[in-house]
Amino acid sequence: MTTLTDPPKATFRLSMLLYDTRYRSTTIQIIVLIAFMLGAAWLLNNVRVNLALAGKDFNFGFLQQVSNFDIGQRLIEYSSTSTYGRATIIGLLNTLLIAVMGCFAATVVGVAVGILRLSPNWVISRLMAVYVEMFRNVPILLWILLIMGVLSESLPQPKDFRGENPTASMSMFDSVAVTNRGIYIPEPLFSKGLGDIPVFWNSFEISLDLMAILAVLFAGLLIGKLIKTRAMQIQAATGVLPKTGLIRLALVVIPVLLVLWILGFHLGYPALKGFNFQGGTRLGNPLLALWIALSLYTAAFIAEIVRAGIMAISKGQSEAASALGLRPNKIMNLVILPQAMRVIIPPLISQYLNLTKNSSLAVAVGYADITSTLGNTTLNQTGRELEAILLLMGCYLAISLIVSTVMNAYNERTKLRER
Amino acid sequence: MTMINDQSYVRTEMLGEKSPPVSNVGIIGWMKNNLFSSPLNIVLSLLSIFAIYSVLAALLPWVFGGVWYASSLTECRAILFEIHGEATKRACWGVIRERFWQLMYGFYPSDLYWRPNLALVWLFAAIAPVLFNGLPKKMLLVSVAFPFVAPWLIWGGSFWVPVMAFMGFVVGFLVHRITSKTISSLVGIILGVLAALLWWLLLSGPIAEMMESIVPLEITKVGSRQIGGFMLAILLGITGITLSFPIGIVLALGRLSNLVIVKALCVGFIEFIRGVPLITLLFVASVLLNYFLPKGTQFDIILRVMIMITFFAAAYMAEVIRGGLAALPKGQYEAADALGLDYWQAQRLIILPQALKISIPGIVSNFIGLFKDTTLVSIIALSDPLGWVKLIQGNAEWNGVIWELYGFVAFVFFLFCFGMSRYSMYLERKLQTGH
Repeated sequence: MTTLTDPPKATFRLSMLLYDTRYRSTTIQIIVLIAFMLGAAWLLNNVRVNLALAGKDFNFGFLQQVSNFDIGQRLIEYSSTSTYGRATIIGLLNTLLIAVMGCFAATVVGVAVGILRLSPNWVISRLMAVYVEMFRNVPILLWILLIMGVLSESLPQPKDFRGENPTASMSMFDSVAVTNRGIYIPEPLFSKGLGDIPVFWNSFEISLDLMAILAVLFAGLLIGKLIKTRAMQIQAATGVLPKTGLIRLALVVIPVLLVLWILGFHLGYPALKGFNFQGGTRLGNPLLALWIALSLYTAAFIAEIVRAGIMAISKGQSEAASALGLRPNKIMNLVILPQAMRVIIPPLISQYLNLTKNSSLAVAVGYADITSTLGNTTLNQTGRELEAILLLMGCYLAISLIVSTVMNAYNERTKLRER
Repeated sequence: MTMINDQSYVRTEMLGEKSPPVSNVGIIGWMKNNLFSSPLNIVLSLLSIFAIYSVLAALLPWVFGGVWYASSLTECRAILFEIHGEATKRACWGVIRERFWQLMYGFYPSDLYWRPNLALVWLFAAIAPVLFNGLPKKMLLVSVAFPFVAPWLIWGGSFWVPVMAFMGFVVGFLVHRITSKTISSLVGIILGVLAALLWWLLLSGPIAEMMESIVPLEITKVGSRQIGGFMLAILLGITGITLSFPIGIVLALGRLSNLVIVKALCVGFIEFIRGVPLITLLFVASVLLNYFLPKGTQFDIILRVMIMITFFAAAYMAEVIRGGLAALPKGQYEAADALGLDYWQAQRLIILPQALKISIPGIVSNFIGLFKDTTLVSIIALSDPLGWVKLIQGNAEWNGVIWELYGFVAFVFFLFCFGMSRYSMYLERKLQTGH
């Protein structure tokens, strides 16, 4: 005879909050949450009391005040009568400019160095190893200051270009002037240009010429892509790949040249007038020093990432590819790199983010990035430490999160689909 | 029937090996295979040999032909002019010889250099149990004492302060021991932490003063503004990495835990810190931290920087350790559960020892990165090596010296960082137990 006992009635006792695993995690979390909120409340209360003591309030109204300082390096219109808010936007654009330029240059140099480090050529692989170790083991701030020193100390002054027997001369057929105040390069000018249109309530202007050129360029690329798709279809059907390279190149080049001709494109060369060069586009020393240092420093890390990515691909892959009769550079482009990309992309993203964050060291050489306009000049002039630094952190956080979201989406798309 | 003898000649012994062609062995063969194997390689080799030659030809005379004994830049230039004449560029190493101790220790009183030196030696003794196995267990006492003794050695003051700080841990542990036996382990942890905090905030100060008045054990105090040079960089780097280690472990475990609120807090902290540049955190340390503390709290600038650097390092450390935890096979977690270990036992005995071992290369590269990043404190006007370079350049005697100072600082940083990265590779090989 079997008797079945009823399961014990679920009665809740207070001690179960601690000893019953069903409730314990909730208890712990509530304690942690309360502790966190208490801590946060304590900090915020301190801020409130301290601000009241200093006779300050917390508002971002200072962004509308006139800034009274000038910025040399800028992408959109700005003068000392503009507001602090606009100075912040100038800084943000300068940060983005150096980040994009730096990421581009660092990728090009880094991939080249990473591949060359694996070269069978003894001298070149050792040379690249020396480069990588040299840059990785010395602080980035030191490199920035050192390169700034090279640019401003060892390059000729503008006055050296003057006179009967100048000690310095312009390079690239008299079109580029390398001086210790910056590098002057020719600027694109349009004699029959379309002008600019103001956007975002006149906050800045977009060049219509540039828009026209970009539109034609993208149209050419798009049509080229359609032709390529068509050619692939023909190859799939007949086995013969029609030659489309020249047509696609022409589709891109000819319309762009045509538009440039219509707009009356010519170059404005820099020329020595008075004590300095006039005309042309000036790349200031701070921008150059920061760009070179950040690119070379990050490139050293990217080179190691690329090398590790290539070495992670098993030797069988390259052997199989050469057994199929592919040439070495085709093996690299078609077999090794596409697979290595999966290993390379995630650390590459964090290097890009590092570069963007390291660009904040611009403040050491006086490049007007957001740290320098908002976190330095604006902060010192207005005395709004709390607002300025919170805004500064918010900007960097936004950049980081956007970049990592975009790159992670790309990473997800190229990830190896495993069953 | 065929006779073998029909054949006219059979070779009975092997021919001796012919030596390979001259073009394939020795230095010529090596060069042919490594440097000149294809037209592209020939071009690359020649270009890089030319580049190496031109850099060395400019650099070596500058470095080794430099002047070591000169007390100002003008004097050094005069000496160089006397020897080499016009337009010869040679280094003025005199600046390094004169300012060497300042670049190393800042304004730290020179008769007290033994104190930071002793702290550094103590550090090596403290980390010895980690680096070498087979040391006596008693060596761990040296490691435990280090965090209390080192600040006392560097900043000086009463010996009772570190003793009382240590007593806080003892008090907390005792309270935890007693309450967790009698009530419950969770209550024990909370009460233990509370008791330690109460001890530090309320009791340790007065007791230290009282003990000092009974048994005075004081050494000369050194202010934070006097600490500088490479000593400051090493101090910040080592504090940052040691303090960030436990915080990083907690953050990593929190990020991987299934307690939603704990996880959200940890992820928020880590992503926030990793999303902003270190320089903004240093700005926080220099101008903002006082807003967040009760009014009248006067914090030392180095201490404030240390707090922010620790937060910064902890977020990165957490990610490295999380990588180590993720790399561990799932079977390890399941086996720990199957043995009936609770969460902390499993972490302490099975998961963390393996995960931390996997994370060693990452931890070391974190440390190298942090050590390099300490140079950023020169931007908020602390006198680390780069801050000292600025100070020396602003001096009338050495105004205009650039390459010697930057070169020297870069060289020292290179020695430290390169040495550490090589050591981490060695450690990785030594700790490898797989096949």
